[in-house]
Amino acid sequence: MNLQTLSFIVSVSIQSSAAVLFATIGEIFAERGGILNLGLEGMMLMGALSGFATAYFTQSLALGLLAAMAVGGLLALIHGVFAITLRANQVVCGLALAILGIGLSSFLGRPLIGKVSVRFTAWPIPVLSDVPALGPVLFTQVPPIYLGYVLVPAAWWLLFHTRPGLNLRAVGENPAAADTAGVGVAATRYTWTVIGGMLAGLGGAYLSLAYTPGWKENMSSGQGWIAIAMVIFALWNPWRAALGALLFGVVNALQFTLEARQISVLPSYLLRMLPYLFTILILVLTTRSERARKGSGTPASLGIPFERNG
Amino acid sequence: MIPLRLERRLAPSPASRWGGFAIAVVAAFCMGGVVFLLAGAHPLAAYAAMAEGVFGSLDDLAEVVVKAIPLVLCGLAVAIPARIRLWNVGGEGQLVLGGIGAAAVALFLAPRLPAPAVLPLMLVAAFLTGGLWALLAGVLRAKLDVNEILTTLMLNYVAILWLEHLYFGPWRDPMGMGFPGTAMFPDAARLPRLFGTRIHLGILMGLATAVGFHGALSRTRWGYEMRVIGESPKAAEYAALPISRTILWVMFLSGGVAGLAGMAEASGIHYRLQQGLAVGYGYTGIIVAALARLHPGGIILAALFIGGILVGGEQLQAAMHLPSAVGLVLEATLLFFVLGSDFLSQYRICRRTPEP
Repeated sequence: MNLQTLSFIVSVSIQSSAAVLFATIGEIFAERGGILNLGLEGMMLMGALSGFATAYFTQSLALGLLAAMAVGGLLALIHGVFAITLRANQVVCGLALAILGIGLSSFLGRPLIGKVSVRFTAWPIPVLSDVPALGPVLFTQVPPIYLGYVLVPAAWWLLFHTRPGLNLRAVGENPAAADTAGVGVAATRYTWTVIGGMLAGLGGAYLSLAYTPGWKENMSSGQGWIAIAMVIFALWNPWRAALGALLFGVVNALQFTLEARQISVLPSYLLRMLPYLFTILILVLTTRSERARKGSGTPASLGIPFERNG
Repeated sequence: MIPLRLERRLAPSPASRWGGFAIAVVAAFCMGGVVFLLAGAHPLAAYAAMAEGVFGSLDDLAEVVVKAIPLVLCGLAVAIPARIRLWNVGGEGQLVLGGIGAAAVALFLAPRLPAPAVLPLMLVAAFLTGGLWALLAGVLRAKLDVNEILTTLMLNYVAILWLEHLYFGPWRDPMGMGFPGTAMFPDAARLPRLFGTRIHLGILMGLATAVGFHGALSRTRWGYEMRVIGESPKAAEYAALPISRTILWVMFLSGGVAGLAGMAEASGIHYRLQQGLAVGYGYTGIIVAALARLHPGGIILAALFIGGILVGGEQLQAAMHLPSAVGLVLEATLLFFVLGSDFLSQYRICRRTPEP
């Protein structure tokens, strides 16, 4: 394999990982606070649709991204109301939201199938993109990818080096104690769940405005679900999330390369199964190693509604 | 102003539950009206079109039953494991695998078998393939504690890819006229239709499974163990109930039931494997099970209700050119309002007593 192919694979890996990365970081935020949001797939699709539709009608990519984040956040807010205030079963709520998002996006997006809108183009970062070998690969990408580069360290710093992050983690581990200490449990959970939804919407908009681009039914192909699995692999840590997303991207990139070059290592239908089988594999490996270590890093209050007892 | 506050009830009263449910239905339909407006249609006209599509003729009513059959089975597939707090979100994939299993018998074994043996064998094959598909996730959960929601979900995508590979590739009908799919099933492999409508024998499968589940849950020792494991895992541990084995059996049964849905669709409606097999019954089954609060009788009713929404949605597509995905939107909205009404029924409004 020559250098050109290798840099192609790395570049495509990065591109294929971004949507999952955004959604995973978003879900890490929500779950760190104790809220299990299974509706990511729906939020991603609605984000993709609203981003695309907004950009199509306003010719503005920035507005498209904002719209996607707003829609994702709104759906997450609904999840928050049911999970936090109404203390409903978070699994059922999340699944219902996902189904709603999938159906609603198919329903509303029908007229936009096949339409062409403004799209992100690769924007080389001056100086950095001239670095030999790595430069063009890492720094000649579309702007949302750069956002991803910044998001990972920012999320890490937010979670582990700021007061809001500490509060979030406290709420996730022991909401009763956090409540006694004066941290608003509900407010914290709402905030970070909505942020999570916004990031999922952003991931969707990346798909429809940069990666594919365009709108197609179910265009995220399960990446919302994969992101939820990725959170487990990431052990709720943004750096590991980036690693996991990148691995996912590599699997995708390999699949493309093999299909495009018609190298028949595996028949194409098996290749297309790889991302999902890969996700199952990392789930098994992560869960096994966590059992061996006798601690899993799962936020202790994940999925459990909080009720202040008198 | 009378000061009011919310106070938690000890147990929700049946009246408040049914009342809450009724309010939820009304609220959901109002919300649906908003969605119609967003899509550029007049809500009342849209609902009228849906009602006409459901109640307009006997054939339409029959179509509701046709849709309800896989929904009952997929709803049961979700409800059975949910009793022990397992979430089988893989109904879609298990349905597909069941269809594949049934098709394998129909396409390759049927010519060599006596006619009466074909359908029962297809039934067994569909149950086995669907069950084994779910068992994959069950084993991972029972032995390695891997989250079954995610594994069953991923297996859905794998199953659909495999289905497409089969009917586009090795099992493709060589004489197919454009529409990709397998060859048509021979007569012996088709579920007979009843009363001259599209309702097929699969209705018996649905009813039998629902009755069987209800009976097993309430009258057998297995059902008792399931209820204990579901309601009090600690008690189950102390009683040394075989939790791991139960998980495996439950997932297998659950997948088998969904597999039956796949057979019902393939051999009762389409008579072949084709693109229309995986249309979301597995996911809709989650909504059916949740609406019915996991009760088998409720699942039948909920399946009919949702079937009505789906049929109405198709009529909407035909009459007003709105995508039929509106059905999914209405169902999910309904579920949300029902979940919300659950909350309300747990509380009651009472007068705040004045401070002494």
